[in-house]
Amino acid sequence: MMNTVIESAETTKSEFAEETPFKRFTRNFFSSKIATAGFITLCLIVLAAIFASVIAPQNPYDLTQIDIMDSRLAPGGQNIDHTLTYLLGTDEQGRDMLSAILYGVRISIIVGVVSTAIALLIGLTLGLFAAYFGGRVESLIMRAADIQLSFPPILVALILLALMGPGTSKIVIALVAVQWAYYARTARSAALVERKKEYIEAASGLGLSPLRIVFRHLLPNCLPPLIVIAALQVASAISLEATLSFLGLGLSVTEPSLGLLIANGFDYMLSGKYWISVFPGIALLVTVVAINLVADQLRDVLNPRLQTQ
Amino acid sequence: MTMTKIVPTLTVQNLQMHFSARDGIVKAVEDVSFSVAPGQIMGLVGESGSGKSMTAYSIMGLIDPPGKIVGGKILLKDQDLRDLSPQAMRRIRGNRIAMIFQDPMMTLNPVLRIDTQMIEAVLAHQKVSKGEAREMARDALVRVGIASPDERLIAYPHQFSGGMRQRVAIAIALLNKPDLIICDEPTTALDVTIQGQILYEMQKLCRESGTALIWITHDLSVIAGLADAVCVMYAGKIVESGTVQDVLGQPQHPYTYGLIASSPSRNLPGQPLRQIAGMTPSLLNLPSGCAFRTRCERATSVCENTPPISTDGARTLRCFHPMQDAIKLVAEANHD
Repeated sequence: MMNTVIESAETTKSEFAEETPFKRFTRNFFSSKIATAGFITLCLIVLAAIFASVIAPQNPYDLTQIDIMDSRLAPGGQNIDHTLTYLLGTDEQGRDMLSAILYGVRISIIVGVVSTAIALLIGLTLGLFAAYFGGRVESLIMRAADIQLSFPPILVALILLALMGPGTSKIVIALVAVQWAYYARTARSAALVERKKEYIEAASGLGLSPLRIVFRHLLPNCLPPLIVIAALQVASAISLEATLSFLGLGLSVTEPSLGLLIANGFDYMLSGKYWISVFPGIALLVTVVAINLVADQLRDVLNPRLQTQ
Repeated sequence: MTMTKIVPTLTVQNLQMHFSARDGIVKAVEDVSFSVAPGQIMGLVGESGSGKSMTAYSIMGLIDPPGKIVGGKILLKDQDLRDLSPQAMRRIRGNRIAMIFQDPMMTLNPVLRIDTQMIEAVLAHQKVSKGEAREMARDALVRVGIASPDERLIAYPHQFSGGMRQRVAIAIALLNKPDLIICDEPTTALDVTIQGQILYEMQKLCRESGTALIWITHDLSVIAGLADAVCVMYAGKIVESGTVQDVLGQPQHPYTYGLIASSPSRNLPGQPLRQIAGMTPSLLNLPSGCAFRTRCERATSVCENTPPISTDGARTLRCFHPMQDAIKLVAEANHD
């Protein structure tokens, strides 16, 4: 009798062995065409951003390469000695728009990803501690999050940037400050559910330390909803950074991000020189939409309740 | 009983555990005393809400607020666990006292591999290398009857059946060779054939290693086959305790008798099933005196007073009207 039980267990095991959790995840993820398209687009954008200095015809941050005589050239225009064709035109300082967009996307993605990662780390830790320890720790952390969330993100970011001044690190700090509360809330609610489950009780029954239980046992089980929110938040961080730069409170003028490029061209919109604003705008739109498509599919795949088999 | 005195592995004396709720104090465990000797298996029986799981959590030191142990002693060998700091208690948990939980589907962490979870349990209490810990984990799996342990070690919990998971949970409990294992209805969620195998193996492991075992269940047939001694709990108190032969063979408390009589297997086919009338009272609003009196056929006005604890050999009892002829009643009831 023992043997039959073990044998039947063996067969179930070999059935499972064919598909690892990761394989199942990828199969589910790429079952949607639109998500696959979004993923490929996102990969291309990220690659373009990483290799911006190789692909870009010009270094838009290097003032010696920019000639004011080339300013506001239409797409397809060339510089004076016909050595360089500006595929997407130039801005009012004579920067090649294509190069500026590639470098701008790079800054936008770096700022979005770095601020999201830091906010995720802070919010996740605080949320887990709040859920695991409860009591005063929880009240303190969650009330702080409530206060944070009661202000519009753009307002908080504007106030912080007005106080700190522009700069890449400053805008990352501002974006972290407006984002952490989302993660704290989500991590806490996920952890409250997981904490009630028996394996956490069993882990305490093994005499493991609280820190180990929180980070080793609780954390991995709370990750799926946080991964989804983080993916969506990268997109909103990028748009928020673009908004702030557009308003002139973001990154410095010498290293323009997408928002600043849009702002630069804004004055020329009505005089027919559409390309200065429109192309960075399209780049921003495509980036944000691609990230959102991937995030939406992640949510569908990682949420067992939405899964249709 | 011989006169040589064996130090019990665990002695619980007058344990009281209360919850402070908004509507008052819930006396979840009230004046509970028992002891378990090395190699002995003690059954803790009662309906849902009778306080059997809370007794177990009290012993483990896993009571979370608003629950609180307010009185009594919990002696492991001769050390009172209530005197220990949380850090010292953590060194006891999983090391000298292990616990096995009810639902094998939930008791293993779904995102960690079996070897990770087992090695972690060893390293929490023993100064050994990771390789040695892994070797110990492998041995433990073999001991609970898991074939091809090397493949099993690198598997995730979802790749196991319910019975296999419970075996893994038992293997984890055995890892640090505890003096005492507390099992909180570990076979309730399993089907009867698997339950039979697990009971057999637990009994064997206890006898071989001299580990004391507390088995919490509401299934009297499990206790009858497995345990040496039994405590019957009702509304937070032990109403009757003694050897399995005495308590289940010759119940004296009307509640114990009711539990035995309501077991379906005791009925003849076609006869209506027996039951204990009424419901377990709310712990917030217990009847005065004997908590069982509102459901008891033998209750009289004297039962409004707290029943004294009477001791007869190995049996202790809280009842004014003990049944002397319960066994005959059971037999008669079946032949009506």
